[in-house]
Amino acid sequence: MKITINGTVQDIAVNDNTLLVDVLRDQLHLTGTHVGCDTSQCGCCTVQMNGSTIKSCTILALQAQDAQITTIEGLANQGLHPVQEAFSQEHGLQCGFCTPGMIMSTVQLLKDFPNPTDDQIMAGLAGNLCRCTGYVNIIAAVKSAAKKMQGQ
Amino acid sequence: MYPFHYLRPTSILEAKQQILLDSEAKFIAGGMTLLPAMKHRLANPSHLIDIGHLPELGCVEKREAYLVIGAGTKHMTVARDTLVKSSIAGLAELAILIGDPQVRARGTLGGSLANNDPSADYPAAVLALNANIVTDQRTIAAKDFFQGLYTTCLNDGELIQEVQFKIPLQSTYVKLKQAASGYALAGVFVAQYGPNEFNVAVTGVGNGVFRWTDAENALSKNKAIPVLNHDQLMEDIHASGKYRAHMTKVLLEKALTQLTR
Repeated sequence: MKITINGTVQDIAVNDNTLLVDVLRDQLHLTGTHVGCDTSQCGCCTVQMNGSTIKSCTILALQAQDAQITTIEGLANQGLHPVQEAFSQEHGLQCGFCTPGMIMSTVQLLKDFPNPTDDQIMAGLAGNLCRCTGYVNIIAAVKSAAKKMQGQ
Repeated sequence: MYPFHYLRPTSILEAKQQILLDSEAKFIAGGMTLLPAMKHRLANPSHLIDIGHLPELGCVEKREAYLVIGAGTKHMTVARDTLVKSSIAGLAELAILIGDPQVRARGTLGGSLANNDPSADYPAAVLALNANIVTDQRTIAAKDFFQGLYTTCLNDGELIQEVQFKIPLQSTYVKLKQAASGYALAGVFVAQYGPNEFNVAVTGVGNGVFRWTDAENALSKNKAIPVLNHDQLMEDIHASGKYRAHMTKVLLEKALTQLTR
């Protein structure tokens, strides 16, 4: 099947029951996308598909054929993405396991709400769990990223 | 997951032929329930017929007194669509409360109805809005469609194509989320069709969605909302039946404050 990952068309062979996340990690070695729960609860495997965030552990690779996928590796083309910078500066992580998913969801959330309220941030990150930070610094990082992206 | 054959039809016609390949073949749209069930080896389809990308299942349009939504329409689309918001605001309010952003980007209207989870949101809207469920074989009234816990009147291999919602004067949906899953501990959809005519559908509290006719009668006569009998309601680690009954009434009262009266 053909699939576009971070702007590059890939032609790969997959089994009918291969998950998208396993293609990313095992076949393309893009291990920034994590598998946390493998039950579509935690959001660590979040990637963008055709402009929407999805959980790559709960979609068959073949369902994503011909799609445009962006992973965390695809954000950092020319230096860190402003959302990545903000998570680093605001210490929006501790162990960092959930961070790729948090960042992918934040990128989407800031597209929908360039200047989000706390409620909009919590709703936008409802599909991503962090078991370390208590979310305070994550929300601060999202707000900081919003400012960066608006050039303030 | 057990092995299976993945098929990707390019039309409804082709999908209908492929589903006949095996009695254990299943349609998949978003897969938000089916794939987790397959990972747990609770489901073992022989073939997955992927209808999630078929444009024929993606309409959102007004047809006379009805708003018609294709079965493959994603929750996110329903939540954001301007025609949905202007004609049945409660439906857009409901869609934005389903799951989380990633789930709303994949899950579909038809999938939610065919699964008929007792805590799913869409069944409440379908029942309160007197919807017709149009399949490849027939048109089914909402009151006949839902038959309790994960059960509908759909035949094996029957494909939901669209849902026709009767446009109300106004509508709203209020939900108490189970904190971890986001499913409804209780959810109440209210649709108003006349000065004293309200349809009230309740999800999350019993074996399946139901119309709360005692509350509808009370509203039509401007009487106080009765207490929902909790004897038959769901009891689990998240909430007792008594709590669910109490919260259902609270949610209906809240819903009524959100309507123009």
